Amino acid sequence: MTSKSVAVIDYGMGNLHSAAKALQHVSPETKVVVTSDARTILSCDHVIVPGVGAIRDCVGEILRLELGQVIAEAMKNKPVLGICIGMQTFMDHSDENGGVDCLGFFAGQVHHFGEIFDENGQALKVPHMGWNNVFQREPHPLWNNIADGSRFYFVHSYYVECDDENEVAGTCNYGLPFDAVIFRDNIAATQFHPEKSSTAGLQLLSNFLAWDGTL
Amino acid sequence: MALAKRIIPCLDVDNGRVVKGVNFVDIRDAGDPVEVARRYNAEGADEITMLDITATHEGRDTMIETVKAIAGEVFIPLTVGGGIRTLDDIRNMLNAGADKVSINSAAVKDPDFVRAASERFGAQCIVVAIDAKKVDDERWEIFTHGGRNATGIDAIEWAVKMDQFGAGEILLTSMDRDGTKNGFDNELNRRITEQVKIPLIASGGVGNLDHLVDGVLQGGADAVLAASIFHFAEYSIHQAKEHMAAAGIEMRL
Repeated sequence: MTSKSVAVIDYGMGNLHSAAKALQHVSPETKVVVTSDARTILSCDHVIVPGVGAIRDCVGEILRLELGQVIAEAMKNKPVLGICIGMQTFMDHSDENGGVDCLGFFAGQVHHFGEIFDENGQALKVPHMGWNNVFQREPHPLWNNIADGSRFYFVHSYYVECDDENEVAGTCNYGLPFDAVIFRDNIAATQFHPEKSSTAGLQLLSNFLAWDGTL
Repeated sequence: MALAKRIIPCLDVDNGRVVKGVNFVDIRDAGDPVEVARRYNAEGADEITMLDITATHEGRDTMIETVKAIAGEVFIPLTVGGGIRTLDDIRNMLNAGADKVSINSAAVKDPDFVRAASERFGAQCIVVAIDAKKVDDERWEIFTHGGRNATGIDAIEWAVKMDQFGAGEILLTSMDRDGTKNGFDNELNRRITEQVKIPLIASGGVGNLDHLVDGVLQGGADAVLAASIFHFAEYSIHQAKEHMAAAGIEMRL
């Protein structure tokens, strides 16, 4: 059964509409709400923490709007999906903007790619921008009907390194291996943008809306 | 298995229609932008770039509606450029559903605008577009206002500066090649891509599929942009990707 309602958390950081539009596209019958209101968020069946921009402003706005507790509350019993910076806010700490403490829902760090090279020793561009292969390291309801190694759209200069390997559902490689999808119980997060990843991304969003939060 | 090189079809839009000029003049009509975008998405385009060449306010409003319509049904990254001058212009385009904006003349007028835009919206959505023309054996200069105004600024130095100022990507158009179908200026592409840390999109001059291959292998581009070879159905995006993959380039097929 697909979700009846999904909240896309609005903390003022730009383009949340792509995520909302993609969700509406994959599930026209689902009520998609872009909101920063705690009660509205907690009244929805599914919750998405999207994000673009820099980590200091993202975490700062989430805290200022007192959304940290709301996300934590939603994580107790609802399927929650973090996207890109949204995923990074779930970690303990990010090196971006001179070092920022994040929300600490997952043990782990966010690092800059730094100087990285491909297998031929060629320097790689940062941001990591474009379509890269994601390898399904653990089975997960989000992977339904998505081929292992499918390409998703990434755009980021910082990457997540989860402390607990058992919380990594998908990996990617760009000069170094990094965690592309993390999960625990009813919580998941992707470094790539499913809402911009064409067929595979839309399938993942559809899987999220169909997910009851159990593994 | 690695990051794929991207093919980006470009839609030049004037008053709600896709058009394509040769050397920035002589416009041909190429259709409704939403339909064109939908077709490119279905053919496997990696991103879509839309450049607003409209000079009127009415045209600008039409552009916002076009962006909304495309963003509602095409789920790959969408870049919008042309006439982006203020932080409000950027916010309006992002709110309409664009993922990135491309900034050209406004960056030349005030390079700090790029810095402010990058700080406010994130480098990932700031593309700096550079229109460059060879003026000497070893020198390219940039032009603004659709190629009409000379600036005297060295293109390579400018690209490096824009990288430092927070651009997330460079969209480099060779004015000498644009519309000629003689291929990219890969000497210029190579020089710039080796000097900047951010991805380079090569643009201007694509006439056949080998030109796309050359843009990556000779020019060192991270993405290749083309318009007319796709608009007039000379080649499909899928054909272009197959051709590039056959040349050993990592592609999303």
